[in-house]
Amino acid sequence: MDANRPAIETFLKQNQEADLLRFTTAGSVDDGKSTLIGRLLYEANGLYEDQLAAVRKDSQKFKREELDLSLVMDGLKAEREQGITIDVAYRHLSTPKRHFIIADTPGHEQYTRNMATGASTADLAIILIDARQGVLVQSRRHTFISSLLGIRHMVFAINKMDLVNYSEEVFRKIQDDLESFVEKLSVPDLTYIPISALMGDNVVQRSGRMPWYEGPSLLNFLENVRILSDRNLIDLRLPVQYALRPDREFRGYCGCVVSGIIRRGDPILVLPSQRKTKVKTILTEEGETSYAFSSQAVTVTLEDEIDITRGDMLVHPANLPGIRREIDAILVWMDHEVMKPGKLYLIKHTTQLVKGTVTRLHFRINPESLSREKTSKLKLNEIGRVTMQLYREIFCDEYTKNRQTGSFIMIDPMTHGTVAAGMIIERGRLPAMVKPDEKGEVKSSFIHRQEGTVSSKDREKLLRQKPATLWLTGLSGSGKSSIAFELEKRLMAEGHLCYVLDGDNVRHGLNRDLGFSPGDRSENIRRVAEVAHLFNEAGVFVITAFISPYREDREQARNIIGKDSFLEIYTDAPIEICEKRDPKGLYEKARAGLIPEFTGVNAPYEAPEVPAIHLKTGEESVDLLAERILRHLREQGFLIRG
Amino acid sequence: MESYRLSKLKLLEAESIYIIREVMAAFEKPVMLYSVGKDSSVMVRLAQKAFYPGKIPFPLLHVDTGMKFREMYEFRDRYAKEIGAELKVYSFREALSRGTNPWELGTVKCCALLKTQALLRALKEGGYDAAFGGARRDEEKSRAKERIFSFRDEFGQWDPKNQRPEIWNLYNTLINPNESIRVFPLSNWSELDVWHYIHLEKIPVVPMYFAKEREMIVRGGCLIPLEGPIPLKEDEKPQKIMCRFRTLGCYPCTGAVLSKAATVPEIIEEVMTVTNSERITRLIDHDQDSSMEKKKREGYF
Repeated sequence: MDANRPAIETFLKQNQEADLLRFTTAGSVDDGKSTLIGRLLYEANGLYEDQLAAVRKDSQKFKREELDLSLVMDGLKAEREQGITIDVAYRHLSTPKRHFIIADTPGHEQYTRNMATGASTADLAIILIDARQGVLVQSRRHTFISSLLGIRHMVFAINKMDLVNYSEEVFRKIQDDLESFVEKLSVPDLTYIPISALMGDNVVQRSGRMPWYEGPSLLNFLENVRILSDRNLIDLRLPVQYALRPDREFRGYCGCVVSGIIRRGDPILVLPSQRKTKVKTILTEEGETSYAFSSQAVTVTLEDEIDITRGDMLVHPANLPGIRREIDAILVWMDHEVMKPGKLYLIKHTTQLVKGTVTRLHFRINPESLSREKTSKLKLNEIGRVTMQLYREIFCDEYTKNRQTGSFIMIDPMTHGTVAAGMIIERGRLPAMVKPDEKGEVKSSFIHRQEGTVSSKDREKLLRQKPATLWLTGLSGSGKSSIAFELEKRLMAEGHLCYVLDGDNVRHGLNRDLGFSPGDRSENIRRVAEVAHLFNEAGVFVITAFISPYREDREQARNIIGKDSFLEIYTDAPIEICEKRDPKGLYEKARAGLIPEFTGVNAPYEAPEVPAIHLKTGEESVDLLAERILRHLREQGFLIRG
Repeated sequence: MESYRLSKLKLLEAESIYIIREVMAAFEKPVMLYSVGKDSSVMVRLAQKAFYPGKIPFPLLHVDTGMKFREMYEFRDRYAKEIGAELKVYSFREALSRGTNPWELGTVKCCALLKTQALLRALKEGGYDAAFGGARRDEEKSRAKERIFSFRDEFGQWDPKNQRPEIWNLYNTLINPNESIRVFPLSNWSELDVWHYIHLEKIPVVPMYFAKEREMIVRGGCLIPLEGPIPLKEDEKPQKIMCRFRTLGCYPCTGAVLSKAATVPEIIEEVMTVTNSERITRLIDHDQDSSMEKKKREGYF
């Protein structure tokens, strides 16, 4: 044995360094899923010999023709007899490069809930397609559910290539069909591999029988796909799981860092109390550590004695989650009893258990066509978009940005069954996969655009200006209104007609029916953009002064106004300066918890990526800043000399 | 430079600690099943980590069939004392006093009484609403499908067709009075992971796992240790054999394997190259078709 010592040391080191990929497999009945996993385990030596011997025995008993690798996977007795997988089964596979945990999930329709279960903890999904059958209704369902559960890497394994003579044509046709379907979903990484699980082609080794395929084998792909960057290391979210008080002196808070990084000395805001403190120590059994990051389980002690209980959340003061009592979500319904709006359910979100009801069921999503369908109830395995009212605030992010703080389960308070999986989406927004038309729906088909005989060129000549909308965006107190009114004054002084649309002013009239939820904010911006567009058409410059925190909304405004006339101007000042200015005393109120969704305090601000003009409003005077915009307009030919 | 990589073992460790804390926070009276085996040892270490610098805040429970190995008893008592854990031992006295044993009753009935029934009684008498077990999904086919939080009705029974969906790591911990939950923090660990962790963390385990010359008999292709009053058949003769135990159970039903692995790295090497999975040495898994699934339905771990 001693001669082998270096070998085992090398192995241990390698084994320790190899990372972990969790993947799920989905396919329709008879797509050969279990056979594929059996093949992977068998060829990668994950399968022990006696398990194989047991398979040989079972194969004879159930009168199957050849050695059936799927019998390894189908664990429960009933399944072995019916020959179908009815639940999620987990298996291990290790290669020198990587460890894998496989969740094998069933294919037939009535078990959608198990598919969602397997997908919820997976980094990657393998979707099996039978090359003879092509893309089936269920293939689309599996693809949709995987994408809904936030899986970023999807591999389509076109199986049973041996039964279609390893035909490239068959493979390409299926790939085309899949591509036209998946373009409606938001999956960043898509891969197509032709395989035969039964014969072993392209499963572990590249196959010589499909020379036209130039990609990697399935296992090779799984070993090399990059998943590290999928983690959220930006937004610190530490839901407190357990308050640890072993003696009088020690007071620690246990939990998993679900996203972001926490460091010793970090300023911390405790939710919901909004109390500020600092990280004193980060403890593990091995001793103190200076930092911890997403998916680590830690115990944290804080500088100040604050009353903190399970369900509270530790975050960085400048990076807050949404603090919500009303949420919009996509639900995957998992119970035989239908979902009833108005019924009381328990909602488990991070480490909180709160009561809540569904106040509105907007629509059901057809997982095959991705279309929305009107409905009054959600049945087992149906997927719907809802608005929910909670009895207490939760601290959450959008599921697409944060899988942990964006997810919840619903529990029936009577039966205690887990009845639904929920994914939080921004209020008033559609899930990425269900896209509205570019200009949104027109409510009546009897509306047609009317055209007159005066052209915009005529107006440009008359007013000596090419009208545009100067869209100021930035935090409250960053100087939007001051700059807007200063600019208006200067433009008028030079004889140019312009008009300021100011946030507060518009909300007194046109938009007085709207609040500050993300949905209402979106609608506020849409209306303002439409008005600005009309002013521009009339030949007038528009200067808007709205926080407009969401990139997507500003994008919508750009679409409405037209990209050539839309100038995004970022009034950029650090939140500390804005908060110090606080011209309307809003920050103070927000910090005191009086304003529920205030940008920068308890609602996010998404800064422009490439603004037309970037103003550092904390560093220059309003006069200078207005002058810079004016100069830009002259240089870009918006102001015609005459 | 800060690194943001986590090895598989560290990820598994974090996941298990999260599960253990979740049970402590959500249940009234948890207990940790302690079988003295290697998986139990890892589970206990994880519980220590979860509540450091405090002590493990729940008792360890050993369901004792009275037919464990001497070395296991010695190790159990020494180790519990060493880590300052509260150890509870439960035996089904009536069944033991009736002389229950596998030679006369057969392994099925013996297990049903001394393990399953004893466990159910122990949980009921102790008033425990959650019990940790060290089972792993890679051990046996039906275990591969059991949830991490496995719901049991008031009779301790498992219903494989009616399991609660387990989505993300949002565990449903709600139960009615008299119902309970079995929790498996090591669900996602493999045998190799367990040994590698024992190696890295220097976790003490029962010496029976390590190879040495032992007094054994060979029966039906299995190596049965000569411990306790095992009735010998005619042609059976004890012999000294270099071997070790891959899993530890009751002495009449636990076989050894031929092995020279006397250290943890050597065991790891063996695990990597071995041609039989570990439970093959446990006679009780093979006594009926789908035997583990059947036992679990009735309340076995």
